[in-house]
Amino acid sequence: MKAVVTVDVADLPLHGSGSKSPSWWGTAAFMLIEGTGFALALVVYFYLMSVAPTWPLEAKLPDLLPGTVLTLILLASLLPNIWVARAAKRNDLRKVRIGLILMTVAGIAPLAVRPFEFAAMHIKWDGNAYGSVTWLLLGLHTTHLVTDLIETIVLSCLMFTRHGDNPRRYGDVQDNAMYWNFVVLTWLPIYVSLYWVPRL
Amino acid sequence: MNPRPDDFQLIDEIAGSAEISRLTTTWSNPSGFWARLSNVDHKIIGRRYIITAFVFLALGGLLSLAMRLQLSQPEARFISADRYNQLFTMHGSNMMFLFAVPVMEAMAVFLVPLMVGTRNIAFPRLNAFSYWLFVAGGLLLWGAFLIDMGPDVGWFAYVPLSGPQYASGKRADIWAQMITFTEISALCVAVEIVVTVFKQRAPGMSLDRIPLFVWSMVVTAFLIILAMPAIMVASTALILDRLVGTHFFNPAQGGDVLLWQHLFWFFGHPEVYIIFLPAVGMVSTIVATFARRPVFGYLGMVAALIATGMLAFGLWVHHMFVAGLPRLGESFFTASSMAIAVPAGIQIFCWLATLWDGRPVFKTPLLFVIGFIVTFVMGGLTGVMVASVPFDTQVHDTYFVVAHFHYVLIGGAVFPLLGAVYYWFPKITGRMMSERLGRVVFWLVFVGFHMTFFPMHILGVMGMPRRVYTYQPELPWAALNLFVSLSSVVLALGFLVFFIDVIRSARSGAPAGPNPWQAFSLEWATASPPPPYNFVHIPVVESREPLWMQRDHFPVAEGVRFDRRELIVSGVVAAEPQARESSVGHSIWPFWAAVTTSIMLVWSIFSPWAVVWGSIPVAITLIGWFWPKGTPEDEA
Ligand code: HEM
Repeated sequence: MKAVVTVDVADLPLHGSGSKSPSWWGTAAFMLIEGTGFALALVVYFYLMSVAPTWPLEAKLPDLLPGTVLTLILLASLLPNIWVARAAKRNDLRKVRIGLILMTVAGIAPLAVRPFEFAAMHIKWDGNAYGSVTWLLLGLHTTHLVTDLIETIVLSCLMFTRHGDNPRRYGDVQDNAMYWNFVVLTWLPIYVSLYWVPRL
Repeated sequence: MNPRPDDFQLIDEIAGSAEISRLTTTWSNPSGFWARLSNVDHKIIGRRYIITAFVFLALGGLLSLAMRLQLSQPEARFISADRYNQLFTMHGSNMMFLFAVPVMEAMAVFLVPLMVGTRNIAFPRLNAFSYWLFVAGGLLLWGAFLIDMGPDVGWFAYVPLSGPQYASGKRADIWAQMITFTEISALCVAVEIVVTVFKQRAPGMSLDRIPLFVWSMVVTAFLIILAMPAIMVASTALILDRLVGTHFFNPAQGGDVLLWQHLFWFFGHPEVYIIFLPAVGMVSTIVATFARRPVFGYLGMVAALIATGMLAFGLWVHHMFVAGLPRLGESFFTASSMAIAVPAGIQIFCWLATLWDGRPVFKTPLLFVIGFIVTFVMGGLTGVMVASVPFDTQVHDTYFVVAHFHYVLIGGAVFPLLGAVYYWFPKITGRMMSERLGRVVFWLVFVGFHMTFFPMHILGVMGMPRRVYTYQPELPWAALNLFVSLSSVVLALGFLVFFIDVIRSARSGAPAGPNPWQAFSLEWATASPPPPYNFVHIPVVESREPLWMQRDHFPVAEGVRFDRRELIVSGVVAAEPQARESSVGHSIWPFWAAVTTSIMLVWSIFSPWAVVWGSIPVAITLIGWFWPKGTPEDEA
């Protein structure tokens, strides 16, 4: 059997953007894994709630202020995030640099509020199962804030080097922005469950 | 539709020798110690993965022989009660987490990129990372066992037994952290498989032309992605309960022990299908090749795979019937447990129809498939039996259950796997395994298996509980136990001959040529073993059985660069080419990232601060991994 050329790919681009790129799909797959993790942690929360006589279990209702401030910060951060993603899509190096610096700040701000949120629970992780699961949810989400912040900082540095101006990097910036959207969106059900469900 | 009688030999005259030598340089696999640790070729990593998993099979087998020695007579004193607890826990955990799941993924790591016609797996460095993490998890479990710290709480580590009150020391933590290692590595491979199949298929390999083995691995990968987070949440919560005093599973402080069982079986039942579905893919491949016709009912087979995958999530509660659940819940889960028999039945009838209509050639791989069908049907029957609540209540935690799940696991997964090794060994090594020894292996394993495990059903109905280190002479179990133990030696002998055949054939088996079985899928369209770049030219697919359809020409794609690692990225549905994407080269960073991650995970068994301080080196190695090095692959 002889090989015969029937398709020529020489004219194709060296990198597909968005859902044409494998790394977009990789990010999506990891989001699915982590999203499942978040969903299960919430299931644990509601499961423990269903077996508890009262909820919160032997603790005051959580204070609303820190969690709500953090939620607003996260929602506000979506604006620069979408902006930097657009700039990356247009391969606009200057705007991407500015946007990433903004996103670094937007990543640090919620971390400054998060400690107050732990305090606002009025219970520690080892107080009872209610304390354990609220700290688990907060901790899980904080890990995601931290990892995405580190990724954003590394990307910002990278965009100021000679490696920056490259469609592959712009793709990374877009994937990073997509991941931040994910971190913000997963927070919303956690916020509602932690602060508003006990008030129902 | 009929295969070519003569051997398939692809003559690629389009590339000149200068071009091929450039391709060889670009994709070379250098030797030397560090170069080996840096390697990202999916075939090399896949081979390592397969071999390592089989080493764990052998080790786990030795443990089961030790258990059978102890149980061969009443009140034997070979093994103490404490050691026996470690033995069955180690055996079960090792077989499930270090052998069965990894070996299936390992086969996919080697085969899927070849079967979809690409040059390397997606995210090759993640692949290397996942292998090293898997090894580290294995070293953790076995290292702990060697210093008498092996877990002793059963392979599903139920609380409160595994909780802080009843399991002192670090044994249960070793189990829980071994879970973290193996699940991270399994999740990484699952992502690679999904992306490889979605985005790197050869031009023209639309969804309805994907080989069934690849389909089965995609469904498996999704099961892994959706099921494994459950056990990661569970084992993390267990470690937290044990290390920092949380109360997830402590009823005195609002926790709940059944929560563990729900989380575990939400993972644990799909786990069975994570092991079984790849085996289904292997069987479909072997049946088609040796029946000399395409599998009957391709669409039905794909639908059955997907249906099984979805139903797998509706089944977890059937492991908990005796835990006391609402009546309606029990009925629902009984119904869905029985419903899963439908897709299983469809597949079995499709295989039988294929064999019936074809001209079956009974080589060793097909023998194992026949052994699989017989054994699996029996395991399925006992499965339908334990799916009924009254019966399950009777045999719960007896040897009936041990018999049942070994029928499903060994019959349903290990038999197809052995067949698959005989089938793909020529591709992996370039040499044939022995047909003569293959038959010996098959009969020893098949007969040894049934002689070992069938009597366990009877022992179970006679009331012998599982996980007992001995029993009294007054009980009527001694004769059957002795028989079982002797039979397990026959089974072990079968595996021994298998390993001998593997080693012997790898050294001096007959050269295989590219396509010794005249099979149909793309992995056979290249040399055996395949060169580092897999194919000189990326194939173009025009039918479901590419090597059976094309008569005198083999369509390929041109225009992929040879001077950097480049491959074709294609559309998810129709696999139309979209880009010439680069594929990353060798790197030592995944190895270091696995080392730092392992240090953090092991350290965190002992101190919660490990998560803080240990993650700094992890972050450094990850940055080193992703920081661009200005290679041609970074061009875009
Ligand atoms: C090769 C021959 C094998 C033999 C002779 C064997 C034997 C046994 C025996 C005697 C037990 C029961 C121990 C007890 O309850 O006291 C057991 C448990 C178990 N086996 Fe195997 N086994 C074999 C292979 C496998 C394989 C290939 C798998 C998985 C793929 C497997 C998975 C398990 C599991 C999950 C348990 C339950 C452990 C526990 O109770 O925590 N076995 N095996």
